[in-house]
Amino acid sequence: MNHVVARNGRTEMPLLHDPDRERAMLEDAARQVLSRARVAGADAAEVSVSSSHGRNVTVRLGEIDVLEDARDRGVSVTVYVNRASGSASTGDLGTESLERAVDKALAIARHTQPDPAGGLAPAELMATTMADFDQWHPRDLDMTMLIERARQIELAGMDTDPRIENSEGASVSADAAVGVYANSHGFVGSGRSTRFDQSCVLVARDGSGMQRDWDWDDQGCFDTLASPERTGRKAAERAVRRLGARSAPSGRAPVLFDNNVALGLIRHLVGAVSGGNLYRRSSFLLDAVGKQLFPEWVKIDENPHLQGAARSSSFDSEGVATRQSSLIEGGVLQRYVLGSYSARKLGLETTANAGGVRNLLFTPGSSSFDDLVAQMNRGLVVTEVMGQGVNLVTGDYSRGASGFWVENGEIAYPVEEITIAGNLSEMFSGLLAAGSDLETRRNTQVPSLLLDAMTVAGQHE
Amino acid sequence: MLELATRSLLTPAGMDSADLERALGRLVEGQVDLGDLYFQHRQNEGWSLEDGIVKSGNFSIDQGVGVRAISGTGTGFAYADAINMPALLEAAVNARAIARAGQAGVTAVTRPVDAPALYAPENPVEAVASAKKVDLLRTIDAYTRSLDARVTQVNVSLSCQHESILVAASDGTLAGDVRPLIRLDVRVIAEQGGRRESGNAGGGGRYALATLMAPESWQKFADEAVRQALVNLDAVDAPAGFMKVVLGPGWPGVLLHEAIGHGLEGDFHRKGISAFSGRMGERIATEHCTVVDDGTLAERRGSLSIDDEGTPGARNVLIENGRLTGLMQDKLNARAMGVAPTGNGRRESFAHLPLPRMTNTYMLPGDHAPEDIIASVDDGVYAVNFNGGQVDITSGKFVFVASEAYRIKNGKLGAPIKGATLIGNGPDVLTRVAMVGNDLELDSGVGVCGKEGQGVPVGVGQPTLRIDGLTVGGTQ
Repeated sequence: MNHVVARNGRTEMPLLHDPDRERAMLEDAARQVLSRARVAGADAAEVSVSSSHGRNVTVRLGEIDVLEDARDRGVSVTVYVNRASGSASTGDLGTESLERAVDKALAIARHTQPDPAGGLAPAELMATTMADFDQWHPRDLDMTMLIERARQIELAGMDTDPRIENSEGASVSADAAVGVYANSHGFVGSGRSTRFDQSCVLVARDGSGMQRDWDWDDQGCFDTLASPERTGRKAAERAVRRLGARSAPSGRAPVLFDNNVALGLIRHLVGAVSGGNLYRRSSFLLDAVGKQLFPEWVKIDENPHLQGAARSSSFDSEGVATRQSSLIEGGVLQRYVLGSYSARKLGLETTANAGGVRNLLFTPGSSSFDDLVAQMNRGLVVTEVMGQGVNLVTGDYSRGASGFWVENGEIAYPVEEITIAGNLSEMFSGLLAAGSDLETRRNTQVPSLLLDAMTVAGQHE
Repeated sequence: MLELATRSLLTPAGMDSADLERALGRLVEGQVDLGDLYFQHRQNEGWSLEDGIVKSGNFSIDQGVGVRAISGTGTGFAYADAINMPALLEAAVNARAIARAGQAGVTAVTRPVDAPALYAPENPVEAVASAKKVDLLRTIDAYTRSLDARVTQVNVSLSCQHESILVAASDGTLAGDVRPLIRLDVRVIAEQGGRRESGNAGGGGRYALATLMAPESWQKFADEAVRQALVNLDAVDAPAGFMKVVLGPGWPGVLLHEAIGHGLEGDFHRKGISAFSGRMGERIATEHCTVVDDGTLAERRGSLSIDDEGTPGARNVLIENGRLTGLMQDKLNARAMGVAPTGNGRRESFAHLPLPRMTNTYMLPGDHAPEDIIASVDDGVYAVNFNGGQVDITSGKFVFVASEAYRIKNGKLGAPIKGATLIGNGPDVLTRVAMVGNDLELDSGVGVCGKEGQGVPVGVGQPTLRIDGLTVGGTQ
């Protein structure tokens, strides 16, 4: 927080201009932590240190709503003593504070119990080559420029349709982050990235009431962000098309998840095959490797080395070398999603997924979204789901939904205040088709997905 | 409280009230309507047990100061993760970028806020030795496993938080608070004939850890988690469709939080985007319904001696006998709407901006016996426990997810049904409340409310309620 220079009302972003200096500082902090841990009696230790600086601007109805300058630093350390562990974290990277964090972690490790599965990931799996994934595109955007862009976004949205009569605002943010992970195997890895984000939330009104919706974009490079006009216009179109929403017919019906909601289904899959849920027996997909979960045409791959993607990295959050690997092939689950801890609990090898999956790709189909609507003929398009009604222990799925009712292969009217219910196992195996419309703005990229049937409930029979 | 907060936040940095005035002076130099400084020091400690061993523990310290300048409805915000004068002055320079043509000027911070002590005066991180906390988790594990042979997994976690905050504002406010927060959770998996179900229970609040560590406290959570998992082992598919729903007392009050609470937060009204905008004084519920948001309950999870802007916590009546009577406000939105702040200005931490937020939100009891309410339903659902919920404040549509529910047929409880989402419309759900029970309960202390990416602890509560029409999202 102490490196900002104010000059003619402009503040500089030092992290942006000298990321190497910041990284050196973080690496030094990591070394201090590991050294202190060894001296104080830890058998092994690992540490993550991060630093970020962001600016965020929100404009509402043309006026500045929020100007935010956000700088964060943090360190977290885990120590191991006789297979017992303790963790501590702090936001202060001063030597005294780092030492206190290590001592506190050691104090905790004296009270936790030995865990045969605990410890660092195996030394021989540590990443040895570090690639550059094109994640650093520094651009020092001052507040004035961010404000101007937010104004353009909101204005474009407000001008799209006379029924857009209110706004929750348009936001633009620019962030830069540097992170270091190190452990007592001698592994030190670092990463840096820039992110630029814009979004707009608009409110449409007509005689039927008010509806709100939004659009957004998020890119590592400022120049590849969607135009302000596009984000504003899309937000407006999405709000307006919800006006006049009513309930849907109750009963069994085919359901088309748009590419945003479909992403959720794949996240549930990842959750159910993740090590933590497996060794806790909290998953409906225990012992599912080698099983046919989806139709044969479904293929999902992980590529942690995708150029330009925010999550790309040569190593996972334990230093283990990442690799490209298939998750679903021919509809069959190829592997679980494991870090070293859950792998040891399950008697398996880590899949370099400590910290989660990195860049999953669901291979898209050849049908456009409209083709899928036509193929469905009569049923429900879901564009939004609400609530936490997904039980990964049983696979039971029951959520609030809104979207559109489809008759004769065409969108008939918007719907809301309905529920959709089923079981994830049946939903996965009941996939009929995938669209060609991959949602590329997300780390997990999924197209729209057509399901054979779910139970839809609304206020009318 | 103020003295304690000053001693833990300012004294170590060698700062005093003259320094606060200097920083506020720097902040409002550019003419803003309100400037404030929010100092915070927070310790968190957590322990967790699974597979029969206490396998992890963590400790964190976060401290810093958030600096805010308000001009009209615009906010400039910066923060520093260290408490010292140079960092504070620098954040003030960044925050005042918002300054345009405000009116304020500096007022000396001479209006110390007097707030009642609502919480236990102890630091739960330090008050009980680590070894005792670890022993507690192991004792709970053994007890829980002994309850039923079908229990195959037990996770127990204990978290303890202690924070000191101090607020100084250009309107003269000077206030401090020292807040403990504890929570214990028990989660089990039960298996029978190849079927697996989970059960969860837990609780806590701003009270002494010794209370939570007493067997009569934690045994209830263990018993409840196991009971829920076993009930769900026998659950049949839930019905789908629009039907009468009876909600049990206590935690099902999450209905009020989602269906009406968020829609009555001042920022959404200032912007005119709440489904309840412009409806003050109107009837939005049956006359049986009186709903309050009450930050003044002793030792509750959502309680606040002062909010995060230094306004004393308060009991605000949101709905009185069916009429909309009150909103929840922070300083920015209250000022813009020409009303007084209500003690609902809350923030997750110094690195987040205050927003109007709920504290403990509940409905006052009516006069029906709960068994009479169930007996009055021919065909419906009785839902007694829930996971969280969600609301779209503009369309008013809300959901909450039952985790324990039963079918009602001809006034009698039937088989347990699987978890299902209930969906309704905030502005009309309380117009369907036909009966209100005499059994008001508050939840056990587990609520976390999320808004604009910020999580804060809250409480909910209600008596048994009969709602004549909610859509139940089952499969049958």
